[in-house]
Amino acid sequence: MKTQEVIIQAGRPERYYWRDLWRSRELLLILSMRDISVRYKQTALGASWSLIRPLATMLVMVFVFSMVAKLRADPGVPYPLMVLSGITIWTFFSNAFTQISSSVTANANLVSKVYFPRLLMPLSAVAVSLIDFLITMVLFIIVAIWYAYVPDWHLIYMPLFVLLAMLAAFAFGLFFSAINVRFRDVGQLIPFLVQIGFYACPIAYSSREVAGKWFEKYYIMNPLVGIIEGFRWSLLGGKTHLNPQSLVYSVGITLICLSFSLYFFRKRENSFVDDI
Amino acid sequence: MSVITVENISKQYIIDHKRGKGSSSIRDAITHTVKGWFAGPKEDTDELTHEEFWALRDVNFSVEQGDRVGIVGHNGAGKSTLLKILSKIIEPTSGSVKIRGRVASLLEVGTGFHPELTGRENIFLNGSLLGMRKDEIKQSFDEIVAFAGVERFLDTPVKRYSSGMYVRLGFAISAHLNPEIMIVDEVLAVGDAEFQKKSLGKMRDNSASGRTILFVSHNLTAVQALCNKTLYFEKGQLIEQGETNQVIASYLSKVARTRLRREWKTPEEAPGNDLVRVHRMELIPDYPDNLTHIDVRTSMRVQFEFWNMMDRANLNLSLHLYSLTGECIFNVGSQSQPYGKGLIQGECVIPGYFLNDGTYTISVMIVKDTVTPLYNMEEGITFDVEDYREGVAWYGKWPGYVRPQFPFRVEALEPIIP
Repeated sequence: MKTQEVIIQAGRPERYYWRDLWRSRELLLILSMRDISVRYKQTALGASWSLIRPLATMLVMVFVFSMVAKLRADPGVPYPLMVLSGITIWTFFSNAFTQISSSVTANANLVSKVYFPRLLMPLSAVAVSLIDFLITMVLFIIVAIWYAYVPDWHLIYMPLFVLLAMLAAFAFGLFFSAINVRFRDVGQLIPFLVQIGFYACPIAYSSREVAGKWFEKYYIMNPLVGIIEGFRWSLLGGKTHLNPQSLVYSVGITLICLSFSLYFFRKRENSFVDDI
Repeated sequence: MSVITVENISKQYIIDHKRGKGSSSIRDAITHTVKGWFAGPKEDTDELTHEEFWALRDVNFSVEQGDRVGIVGHNGAGKSTLLKILSKIIEPTSGSVKIRGRVASLLEVGTGFHPELTGRENIFLNGSLLGMRKDEIKQSFDEIVAFAGVERFLDTPVKRYSSGMYVRLGFAISAHLNPEIMIVDEVLAVGDAEFQKKSLGKMRDNSASGRTILFVSHNLTAVQALCNKTLYFEKGQLIEQGETNQVIASYLSKVARTRLRREWKTPEEAPGNDLVRVHRMELIPDYPDNLTHIDVRTSMRVQFEFWNMMDRANLNLSLHLYSLTGECIFNVGSQSQPYGKGLIQGECVIPGYFLNDGTYTISVMIVKDTVTPLYNMEEGITFDVEDYREGVAWYGKWPGYVRPQFPFRVEALEPIIP
């Protein structure tokens, strides 16, 4: 094996950063496995929590929004399915976002004791929410069968929207994970943002309710709107509302934020140890 | 061929003296910034003082392939900072380091161990954090398990391990790393005797196969046993480097020379008050032949001289000895006697084979009428007691504050005759 030469210097960008990151993919896998297997240790119900939570949320929402507030689903779509599809992708996004934001501080003991590409921490933080997402999808399929609902060819777009949700979680989470090292306020802020987001996004209602209103053009600037609409649209056979313009915002804002966050993270990562 | 070249490495920390500013909350950061906008350019400093602290300053050295380099120095000398820079954990403020070859650094035993995971899972986690590939771990898996002696507990979460098992497993993994350069910080200070011997042996075997080792330890015996070269740091600077025995000898004699005597020529400049002033405080070790440092065998005299400004007073001295962590290990008082104006000397003997190795601080108090402290010379003299052992093949930290040699009789009562 050729001996590699490393030069350590103040402020010098790592020359082999991306190559090192690629070489650490085994570590990424192991760190992800760690988070997954630790997740439900010492719980009586174990992984079924990933089913219970979205199911309970769906039932509550069906009751509150459909029966009390009399919100309607898109034509031809059962309301519970519409809600469940929204919850599925939103939960994935918000869990990933929350985990990523606290990923560096949660691994403080590693950061100060061993070197590895720091990006592995936010990357591995996605794993748990991805598994949860897959479990919720199983729940969705069961409920869909109950309503005798068969998805059509639109389904092939679904992975794209999942990827987009993941990128968005990364774009916003990465930034906060670096801030969190210095300012633990982030821990207070994130649950609050997630709570607001839940209502600002078309989860319990269809975005059709917003269409045509004067505030629609501001509403769709929320990058999550396009992602949730798109996910639901692909899952429910194109019968739900999808404003193509909101997708443009989703992709655009996600990519801009992602590049900024990456830049910011790399700028800060060398001083994590001094601040943590 | 040098595998590590360190050029002019410095690491600076800024210490904020008004606590809560640097790492506090966003709110403070915002108010501070906003205040800065509205206040004049100079006004902003609000009793905030920054202190610069150099953890390392202009360090230069190089390490040849196959060298086993010991790094010695007191707490805060910059040893750990250096290791962290070499391990890429922290960034130097200035200077550069060139490293050729794969580095594994061992700053902690069992880095990243997760208490909920089993021994088996943690081997993979820790191994890959230290830079091993999965197939490498698989290859040496059985060897690691056997080395640590945890076969029966492989599928038990490590939170149920005894601390000894935990440490053994952690070290076993790192001992099977296969890097070209290994950086080790104080890990031998843990584990039981037999295991330490095994670890040290393993490290020596490794270096026989051309591996370079950097080893930080407070335990000079272990450094001497393992390292062929040694670097001596003091206050962030590299004071001396060279052949191990030579550097350690000068380290020890330097420690002995520098801080054992404090003296004030006239009462005006001396610490104290209107009643008493300290003239001299000195620790005089009674070195046996050709020894130039204090070790566990050395007996010492503490001499204390002070000016008494009172016409007639019943005085006595009270000597406290504290450990590095500030615990009082003992307190000895002299007989109270009447003294007139003038210089008074007290001397207390601390016998050899009494203190364990470690860092100690002596304070002396001048007491009137056995109840009223007149002056307390706090943190008078700080000194190190080095380790010494004979006929012991164990390099671990000897436990306890004292290390007496009480009579200890052991004999075979009923020999079994085959």
